[in-house]
Amino acid sequence: MSQAASIAPLRSSEPRTETTTQPAILLDRVNKWYGAMHVLRDVSISVGQKERVVVCGPSGSGKSTMIRCINRLESHQEGRIVVDGTELTDDTRALDTIRREVGMVFQSFNLFPHLTILENCTLAPIWVRKMPKAEAEELAMSYLRRVKIPEQAKKYPGQLSGGQQQRVAIARALCMKPKIMLFDEPTSALDPEMIKEVLDTMIGLAHDGMTMVCVTHEMGFARQVADRVVFMDRGEIVEAGPPNEVFENPQTERLKLFLSQILRGH
Amino acid sequence: MSHSTTRTTAALGEAAHDPVPAIAGIPAAPIAAERARPAAGPFAPVAWARANLFNGWLSTAVTLALIYFIARWAIGFFDWAVLHAVWSVPQTDAGPDPSACRDAKGVGACWAMIGDKYRFILFGRYAYEEQWRPAIVIALFIGLYAISAMRRFWRKELLLIWIVALTAIGVLMWGGVGGLAFVPQDSWGGLPITLILSTFGLAFAFPLAVVVALGRRSTELPAVRMLCVLYVELIRGVPLITLLFMASVMFPLFMPEGFNPDKLLRAQVAIILFAGAYLAEVVRGGLQALPKGQYEAADALGLSYWKKTGLIILPQALRLVIPPLVNTFIGFFKDTSLVLIIGIFDLLLAGKVAITDPVWQAYSTELYLVLAVVYFAFCYVMSRYSRGLEQEFRRTARR
Repeated sequence: MSQAASIAPLRSSEPRTETTTQPAILLDRVNKWYGAMHVLRDVSISVGQKERVVVCGPSGSGKSTMIRCINRLESHQEGRIVVDGTELTDDTRALDTIRREVGMVFQSFNLFPHLTILENCTLAPIWVRKMPKAEAEELAMSYLRRVKIPEQAKKYPGQLSGGQQQRVAIARALCMKPKIMLFDEPTSALDPEMIKEVLDTMIGLAHDGMTMVCVTHEMGFARQVADRVVFMDRGEIVEAGPPNEVFENPQTERLKLFLSQILRGH
Repeated sequence: MSHSTTRTTAALGEAAHDPVPAIAGIPAAPIAAERARPAAGPFAPVAWARANLFNGWLSTAVTLALIYFIARWAIGFFDWAVLHAVWSVPQTDAGPDPSACRDAKGVGACWAMIGDKYRFILFGRYAYEEQWRPAIVIALFIGLYAISAMRRFWRKELLLIWIVALTAIGVLMWGGVGGLAFVPQDSWGGLPITLILSTFGLAFAFPLAVVVALGRRSTELPAVRMLCVLYVELIRGVPLITLLFMASVMFPLFMPEGFNPDKLLRAQVAIILFAGAYLAEVVRGGLQALPKGQYEAADALGLSYWKKTGLIILPQALRLVIPPLVNTFIGFFKDTSLVLIIGIFDLLLAGKVAITDPVWQAYSTELYLVLAVVYFAFCYVMSRYSRGLEQEFRRTARR
């Protein structure tokens, strides 16, 4: 834990002194264990309103775990997580509030296969936001148009390609009108020719000013939209900063090694 | 189709005459012409039989031997059940005269016995003049099954229909209101008892099973989980007959003096508890088969536990377990016949009692054949329906 601080030259300024406005997401010395395995080590990060953060790192580095802690699909054991001014605790009411404000997109889409595309999108607005059905459908269609697949509304997820399914998943999350969007490796399960359509949707979202935290290895996407890139390894944040700095001038051996592996892969 | 094919061929023809040379070293790869899938040949029974039944001397021998045995048995059965059967016997003042059946014994079936006794088999000792009431009850049950089977009736009103129908069934069976004569429960019998035990049994056991299966998977309420495990293991570890004996003999011993719910109700509760434990394990199998991502996606959208369970988890989990679910349903429909050991007049016991009549004692084969056909009809319809349902779900929600 102490060595984490010594080898990590955090270029971003300290979370709590940075701004006077409240950060969208604040992680303060978060620790998490799976049994005896220490998977998050003193992770501290602050994401400002409308900031776009890309998280990268080798597999098993804890990046997915961290993002899943933000809407408490995983619980942390130590430290504080504050989302949109509400601290994540065992209090279920706080959790409900946060999940309503935070949308999430998964690597494996996780659409509901027994519901149509439209029903997938209207489910949460109707049952969680108590929106009238007609209004929810209108809203869903507007987001399906935005991700460019309104003509698929009556189909079932199994009839769509992977790229289309992931765009539906994005639309479904947006239908809750979240303030923050989390992406957990949204393009990793896609065939190469479908990655672009999903990334384009995400870029569009970024340009609209959505607060985004995105776990991805798409360096082109990171350069294009990220305000900040966070590199994680072995459960801790090793480096963080603007994409150009992080990619062009890595400070640690771990990041250099990671970047060389990523570039070799592409 | 033919239009596009000609166009493709034309384009290929043009390409062949294309004067532009291919890139050096790389031969111009022609695109494979799009062709219609060759049509499957018309079904030829002769060719099929030759390929499947008579390919080689061994296969031919087996086929012929099987045809011989099946035909012999079928002809024999047809002789017995139809050609030489006795369909009716003359009525005398002393009752039916079974001499025709006695003469045909061993050669032809005595269906006259069924004709004489069918009302007792169907309705047991229910007051003879009032037997139109259990007849309507049977029709109500079948109508209820038919309506529930149709997907366009799958909405909230269906629950209301069930409540109304089951109430009507109770009123008809008991009577005592609206000018209907009161018929005590211990004189009910026959097919209505079988249908009551299995319908009420499964209608109550199924929701119980869903709750127990959910409780058994609960991580946040360990006490509830342990209770559910205990229930399933205890009930599953005991034969149904034991439970029925406990319900009919032991249970009244523990009850205060004067409180004595009728025997049918006690047997019904035993069946519900027993079926609930088995169905709970089937439902749990479906819950476990769902990918974790479905739970996470529902959580991430902010759905509460009950909304997540009711809208996302159960609809998918139950579809997955339709085959084992119907398997259990069919099993329990037949297992209701075990109530005869505690003296409840279900279809099977009514039949058994019908042939204690000295006139008809010798014709149990005919009776059991008829009972088997009745049970088979209900079970086969269930099994066909579940197959249809599976196909329909597979078509609408391909994973």
